[in-house]
Amino acid sequence: MMASGYNAKEEDGHHSGAPGNGGAGAVKSKKPDNTAFKQQRLPAWQPILTAGTVLPAFFVIGLIFIPIGIGLFVTSNNIKEFEIDYTGIEASSPCYNCAQNYSWNSTSSCTCKVPFTLEQPFESNVFMYYGLSNFYQNHRRYVKSRDDSQLNGDLTSLKSPSKECDPYRTSDGLPIAPCGAIANSLFNDTLELYHLSNGTRTAVVLMKKGIAWWTDKNVKFRNPGGNANLTVAFQGTSKPVNWRTPVFELDPNDPDNNGFINEDFIVWMRTAALPTFRKLYRIIQKKVDAPTLASGKYELEVSYNYPVRSFDGRKRVILSTISWMGGKNPFLGIAYITVGSVCFFLAVVLLIIHHKYDNRCSSADIPN
Amino acid sequence: CMCVLTRSLNPFSGGQCAGEEDWVDNRTVYIGHKEPPPGAEAYIPQRYPDNRIVSSKYTFWNFVPKNLFEQFRRIANFYFLIIFLVQLIIDTPTSPITSGLPLFFVITVTAIKQGYEDWLRHKADNSVNQCPVHEVQHGKVVRKQSRKIRVGDVMLIKENETFPCDLILLSSSRDDGTCFVTTASLDGESSHKTYYAVQDTKAYTTEEEVDSIKATIECEQPQPDLYKFVGRVNIYMDNEPVARPLGSENLLLRGATLKNTAYIYAVAIYTGMETKMALNYQTKTQKRSAVEKSMNAYLVVYLCILIGKAFINTVLKYVWQADPNQDEPWYNNRTDAEKERHIVIRAFTDFLAYMVLFNYIIPVSMYVTVEMQKFLGSYFIMWDDDMYDKELGESAVVNTSDLNEELGQVEYVFTDKTGTLTENNMEFIECCVDGHVYVPQAICNGQVMPGSDTMDMIDSSPGPRARESEELFFRALCLCHTVQVKEEETVDGIKHGLHSGRPSSFYISSSPDEVALVEGMKRLGYTYLRLKDSHMEILNREDQVERFELLEVLTFDSVRRRMSVIVRASTGEVYLFCKGADSSIFPRVVSGKVEEVKDRVEHNAIEGLRTLCVAYRALTPEQYEETYRLLNEARLALHDRDRRLAEAYDQIETQLVLLGATAVEDRLQEEAADTVESLHQAGMKVWVLTGDKMETAAATCYASKLFRRGTRVLELTTKRTEEQSLHDALFDLSRTVLRPHREPSGLGLDPDPVSGLSGECSDFGLIIDGATLSAVLQPGPEASSAGDYKEIFLEICRNCSAVLCCRMAPLQKAQIVKLIKASKEHPITLAIGDGANDVSMILEAHVGIGIMGKEGRQAARNSDYAIPKFKHLKKMLLVHGHYYYIRISELVQYFFYKNVCFIFPQFLYQFFCGFSQQPLYDTAYLTLYNISFTSLPILLYSLMEQHINIDILRKDPTLYRDISKNCLLRWPIFIYWTILGVYDAMVMFFGAYFLFDNTTFTSNGQMFGNWTFGTLVFTVLVFTVTFKLVLDTHYWTWINHFVIWGSLIFFVVFSLLWGGIIWPFLNYQRMYYVFMQMLSSGPAWLSIILLITAGLLPDVVKKVICRALWPTTTERIQVPRPQPGPATPAFIQRHHQGCVPNLVVSQPGCVPICVLGTHRDA
Repeated sequence: MMASGYNAKEEDGHHSGAPGNGGAGAVKSKKPDNTAFKQQRLPAWQPILTAGTVLPAFFVIGLIFIPIGIGLFVTSNNIKEFEIDYTGIEASSPCYNCAQNYSWNSTSSCTCKVPFTLEQPFESNVFMYYGLSNFYQNHRRYVKSRDDSQLNGDLTSLKSPSKECDPYRTSDGLPIAPCGAIANSLFNDTLELYHLSNGTRTAVVLMKKGIAWWTDKNVKFRNPGGNANLTVAFQGTSKPVNWRTPVFELDPNDPDNNGFINEDFIVWMRTAALPTFRKLYRIIQKKVDAPTLASGKYELEVSYNYPVRSFDGRKRVILSTISWMGGKNPFLGIAYITVGSVCFFLAVVLLIIHHKYDNRCSSADIPN
Repeated sequence: CMCVLTRSLNPFSGGQCAGEEDWVDNRTVYIGHKEPPPGAEAYIPQRYPDNRIVSSKYTFWNFVPKNLFEQFRRIANFYFLIIFLVQLIIDTPTSPITSGLPLFFVITVTAIKQGYEDWLRHKADNSVNQCPVHEVQHGKVVRKQSRKIRVGDVMLIKENETFPCDLILLSSSRDDGTCFVTTASLDGESSHKTYYAVQDTKAYTTEEEVDSIKATIECEQPQPDLYKFVGRVNIYMDNEPVARPLGSENLLLRGATLKNTAYIYAVAIYTGMETKMALNYQTKTQKRSAVEKSMNAYLVVYLCILIGKAFINTVLKYVWQADPNQDEPWYNNRTDAEKERHIVIRAFTDFLAYMVLFNYIIPVSMYVTVEMQKFLGSYFIMWDDDMYDKELGESAVVNTSDLNEELGQVEYVFTDKTGTLTENNMEFIECCVDGHVYVPQAICNGQVMPGSDTMDMIDSSPGPRARESEELFFRALCLCHTVQVKEEETVDGIKHGLHSGRPSSFYISSSPDEVALVEGMKRLGYTYLRLKDSHMEILNREDQVERFELLEVLTFDSVRRRMSVIVRASTGEVYLFCKGADSSIFPRVVSGKVEEVKDRVEHNAIEGLRTLCVAYRALTPEQYEETYRLLNEARLALHDRDRRLAEAYDQIETQLVLLGATAVEDRLQEEAADTVESLHQAGMKVWVLTGDKMETAAATCYASKLFRRGTRVLELTTKRTEEQSLHDALFDLSRTVLRPHREPSGLGLDPDPVSGLSGECSDFGLIIDGATLSAVLQPGPEASSAGDYKEIFLEICRNCSAVLCCRMAPLQKAQIVKLIKASKEHPITLAIGDGANDVSMILEAHVGIGIMGKEGRQAARNSDYAIPKFKHLKKMLLVHGHYYYIRISELVQYFFYKNVCFIFPQFLYQFFCGFSQQPLYDTAYLTLYNISFTSLPILLYSLMEQHINIDILRKDPTLYRDISKNCLLRWPIFIYWTILGVYDAMVMFFGAYFLFDNTTFTSNGQMFGNWTFGTLVFTVLVFTVTFKLVLDTHYWTWINHFVIWGSLIFFVVFSLLWGGIIWPFLNYQRMYYVFMQMLSSGPAWLSIILLITAGLLPDVVKKVICRALWPTTTERIQVPRPQPGPATPAFIQRHHQGCVPNLVVSQPGCVPICVLGTHRDA
């Protein structure tokens, strides 16, 4: 009985790991089990990294990586990309006036036309991006300034958006839908593309569907109370302060692309990782008989609404074809070639070391 | 293991003298609460606690606050609490859950564990406190609960009951007023000890009689020393007080059990938390391992890095924000509340926010993992079949799992001799009476031992004069002891069957020497029968029973090193028989054949036998009266009783006549020599600290190969310092020791160990005795040189492979350990011993190991690890110590590495997100990274890893040197890991950066956002750090496979699930389909593979090249050599031969290029 008092005290110490180490009454056999686990003798594979074993691996890595790298590099080089900066900083730029005279209050939009020439025809689907520079979509205050449940069609959040949306939460006492800084700063330049050939100006057909993730469009973003009659659904909410039109008029012609499920809106809501980014704007579908964009003169018509000069930003439009590995990015190919070559080189070095070391070792051991 | 006759646990003796002077407060206890006749003495009422034992820490009400308070006193927990609170209070990038959840988990688990333990303690307390006891009240026996006992209650205790509090024995069922007690649960000694009733009350053996006792007890206030007690009882017979002394032989301690005695009456004097048992259970001071110290140093570095990072980012943020359009562009306005905030507050908040963002660099989980590793890892030590001893039926016991890795770092081993190196299984070998040697018969199958030619047989009686002293000698040995005879059932303790006819009787003693002597006497014809009514009965050679009245016992103590008894023969003559160490007997001898005996004693000592000398003195009645008076005076003293008793003993034990000497063999433990040799080869210095005499100890040292044939043994003993001053002796020795090191190289120390192999180097052994040691350590009269002596002594020791310290008092053992600990290299020390006199050194050393010996369990109980036999030390250090060091150092380094990999990308990301504290990873990833994605593989690694097979580690002790001096946790290696972490982080971050840079990598042209960016980095991160561990794992059991691949699969499954559903309870859905979208892109796969490869490449190359060019011993052994010829054995031999200790001195440090290795013999 008293001994238990003792034991209790002993447990007070750190880990009295031993079960029943103090009891005078513990007469039961203390012989440890002779199992492989308890004796730390489980069967095991015991690999050792030596020059000899690593050598072939390095050669193999080299041999695999270099072709992959070359493949990626070639693929990337075959991608055609054309980029137009239409910010209008330089006086010679067609959008200079629009950029200079910009004011938030103007109701009419300023339009400018940027001509450009494609030297080579663009085959297959062409993707049209707009790009922004020095725009910190990944700023913490910005990233969190949204209400995902509101965007998911939640009616409570529609009427009382999350506090994270401040200071873009309410306007004139009404809750803003969609609330937050991200939605508020929705990119609102309209870009249109015209092909100039033989004096005629034909508009290039731009697809505005399929630019957002399917899951975003169909699951993550939902209009409150379904897609029908958005005007009623959004009653009692206010439009974001910088917007010209309320959210239910983003694409009045297509109920499947209106309100929160407007694809331009969804694309914008996916905040970019880096301050220089591009976002998919339109898709130009490939034609059966001719190249999607034949070489020749084109004109980009911009309704210039989005101010970037205040933060030294830039606006671009990018036309790009896409391969299986995405857009033009030589990085991956070069990296693969580099790592592959390094591996190959190291393999050679190790081969030399391996040879020398083997000789040394045997010569060092035998005299002793 | 010196005081073999009486053991004293004496951790408090340092302050004993001072303590006794401070002893002003004593307590007066009225037996049975009956007040003495008036005017006896002033009544000082005192409040005593009740007999409730409270070992529990908490109550139901204070558990939560008290436990939380205790937990947050730990600096790490407090740090995490602060981080958590910061997250709660200010607007921080990550949700408070990310740090709150792990912290909550840790705190809860710890609280549950502690709560459960405390509940057990409550239960134990209750069962103890409510256990029924019998009290004598008004002549009746009354049952009551144990907790209600008050000081002064008279208790009735029956056989096999445990004493409920500290009691003074009043009377017992035995006529002589004695009772037998076993203190097995107190100090582990299972032998029966005899306690004595107060002489004047021993006749009161019924309730009524006991009730009539009127007496007061004056005694000291409780003190924790179990073996010290002084008090006085005043018995009022007819209102006349009779004062009697009380000592520890009257005090029955709580926790001890009554044996062999039907019942006793005793009075409670210390109750509840004031009992000696309760006072003794203070927790030991916690020892910290070298690894833990390194870990804390790293933590400080990382804390600095953390603060540095936060500070840099804060400054950069405000530099960057100097442009108002950067600070607050039109698309990203501040809230009004933020705008109003003062800039200083804003900056401070930003700083804190950065701290929170980067705080994962010091992970909560590291503490949990380290604790778990240590706790679980200790089970492998306990489970080890090789450390199980069949004889004892015991396997190794781990009392502290905190020191597992310290076992791999030991540089100095301090070992006790008796019971540790030797069996402590004493066998009587011979005795020598007046120069004639007697050897008992029937040692082996009744055959006379073939012995030396000087042996005389008993029958060749050397004349009547000699025969007289021979008989006196045998009687002396039969009488001068404290052995008990146990007659009935078997005893747990030492069992020695009395040979003929009475197999059910045993001799029991706390000292095996005494049992051996008494048994030896039995074989020589004199059998000690029993102690009855103060009469000792001996069966002599003629089968006659001789009776001697036992008058006094002058008990053994380690200072006098002798004991005596005073007996009155049936003829009326009074004898004093004295038995003790030669050094303490010879100076007191006035006649007898001193020279012959001395020769024999020395001869035996060199043989490694334990010798005792026996002497006697016939006392005249007057002398006896004088003796009695002296003893009684000393015993009655309340103050300084011990000193006065010692003085009395000193006066009594003089003018002795030498009878002869005995020799008892203490055999070496099995494989002791092999173990010592292995420890030497492993680069450890082995010191033997013993209380034994020099010759015996030196013989043991030779036998155990501590000193080898080539060893030059240097002596620094009293003998030498008598001839030469201490100063000269020390300088002589240091010159001798240092010379050979200077000569071969010419220029200081040669770092090349090969020079040690030249063969001409001699290795040194030093013998020093206790007296000289204290002279060396004591600050001499010339204060300046005192420090020098220490330094010179240390210098000599450093160059000796083995040191033997003999004639050591227990505290000196601890002093030596302390001295070495404090020397300038701060070596890691290990002390191993089996007896109570080793406790101080076990507590002092970095690692204390107890041997579960025959001398009780005190050493084992106070140790950090307890093993059944000395030989188990080999596996403990060479295998377990080695493994746990490797394991935990990898654990620590890896944990820091993986968190650098984890956090550094976040730091880099700040440069691309306007220093806005935007986290790179999702909250779930931040929380779970350390808890579940990367925790189990490293935990299992740190439990299972075996870089070399167990058998090789055991066979080749030199491998132990590869990890010496905390080699794997030195700064260069730490920096290597950190740089590797930073490199991997850069590869991951910039790899993803260039992939994302202003382009798309999907085949449908859609873009990815910042969360995909973070997820990509995170995926690469999890795989890279796991594969890094894969590369480091040398031992792949199915468990490793399961855990490593399992946690990677878990990460993938979790990510799929986490992104696969709109989680209704979350207010954000940022991860929705992010992981799956990423995996649907080919370039993402390609870049994941590429980045993992690039991240691991440098480490692989470093490993391979270092192994090829500068292999360590370990690495050489790891690679199996297919080529014919004894390559590996030859290599091992190279290490084994030659002068091992010199190798230690001249070992080069780590080669900085190959930071992972120790001394690479390139």
